[in-house]
Amino acid sequence: MKVKLRNPDREVQLRGGRPVGSVLDELGISVDTVLVIRAGELITREMPVRDEDELEIRPVISGGAP
Amino acid sequence: MRCRSCRGDAVIEIRRHHAAFCTEHFFVMFLTQVEKAIRRHQMMAPDDRILLAVSGGKDSLALWDVLLDLDYDVTGLYLGLGIENYSDRSHEVARAFAEERRARLLTVDLPRDYGYDIPTAGRRGSRSTCAVCGLSKRYVFNRAALEGGFDVVATGHNLDDEAATLLGNTLRWQTDAIARQSPVLPARDGMVKKVKPLHRVSELETAAFAFLRGIDYVVEECPLVAGNTQLRYKEAMNTIEQTSPGTKAQFFLGYLERGMPLFRSEDRAALQACESCGQPTTGRFCAFCRARAQILGERLSADPEPSDRAIAEELSDEVLPAEIYDRAVR
Repeated sequence: MKVKLRNPDREVQLRGGRPVGSVLDELGISVDTVLVIRAGELITREMPVRDEDELEIRPVISGGAP
Repeated sequence: MRCRSCRGDAVIEIRRHHAAFCTEHFFVMFLTQVEKAIRRHQMMAPDDRILLAVSGGKDSLALWDVLLDLDYDVTGLYLGLGIENYSDRSHEVARAFAEERRARLLTVDLPRDYGYDIPTAGRRGSRSTCAVCGLSKRYVFNRAALEGGFDVVATGHNLDDEAATLLGNTLRWQTDAIARQSPVLPARDGMVKKVKPLHRVSELETAAFAFLRGIDYVVEECPLVAGNTQLRYKEAMNTIEQTSPGTKAQFFLGYLERGMPLFRSEDRAALQACESCGQPTTGRFCAFCRARAQILGERLSADPEPSDRAIAEELSDEVLPAEIYDRAVR
């Protein structure tokens, strides 16, 4: 499964066949700090992901003052 | 995961509410929180002219979207900071949003209109990059609002921003700063009313709202943000929030309800017109003009150095007004 991470932008290959929450745990990312996007849609931490999926994990934290 | 309202498929989980929502009901929840903030703090009236500080990030664009949908008379103000690539992209995003929503967008450009950019200011001035950036923003937004005849300046500060600021102020027991941290600051002596309608919604919620509304916003971090203290406080709050969802909201919203009455901002210095630009200040020259002169290598005059207290009050114009204090303790 291809996972796109942001700030800085990079891609990693991870195993599918498990819930989103498990992927975030492996990456050491708190579920409340990111949007997880698959095929243009938000998905929640219980959603299963497959090896053929492409995910974007987008941090929600602001880079500067609003 | 099911939507709390309709039991349909959820797209976002809000752990502090122990709930998840589908897109439609997430929008309802989000708008309810923003409207509650506006109403509870009497932030703006239907006929007020509102100037919204627009950075191109998720928060300011989400707020713009909401205020337009609520039929407020809102104009965006984009401030060009002169940060290579990042500022260009931010301006482009703000312009595209304004065009798509047929909204008014004003632009002030620091290099063009004031002769300096933020990277240079961070290198040449005595303040950190983020401090001089914040000072520039507060100055420009207030001045533009006054000159444009606006009633209110709105900013996109969210719950995470406010909780992180409160944490920082509390760790240092900056009681004056704690007392000033209100989501609404009435107008006074050349200072336009300031409001923060997103203070009840988290960063996750504003990001999800912007994404689900199809708003193109700047995801990239500011390239100058490394080492920013505010980000460290946000990370600390997120670490606690991970195992104790709701802590951020309890901390900040609890402060507004129960903590704020315990703090009183004292010894507010009288404001007068800056001899250089006419904006309100506690001394002869305002903090912005002093900073700008230092960056440009100019000399304003042999003005004596203002006291630390005067600088602190002026840098953060968020002085808790007596009427807010009185309302809070009633």
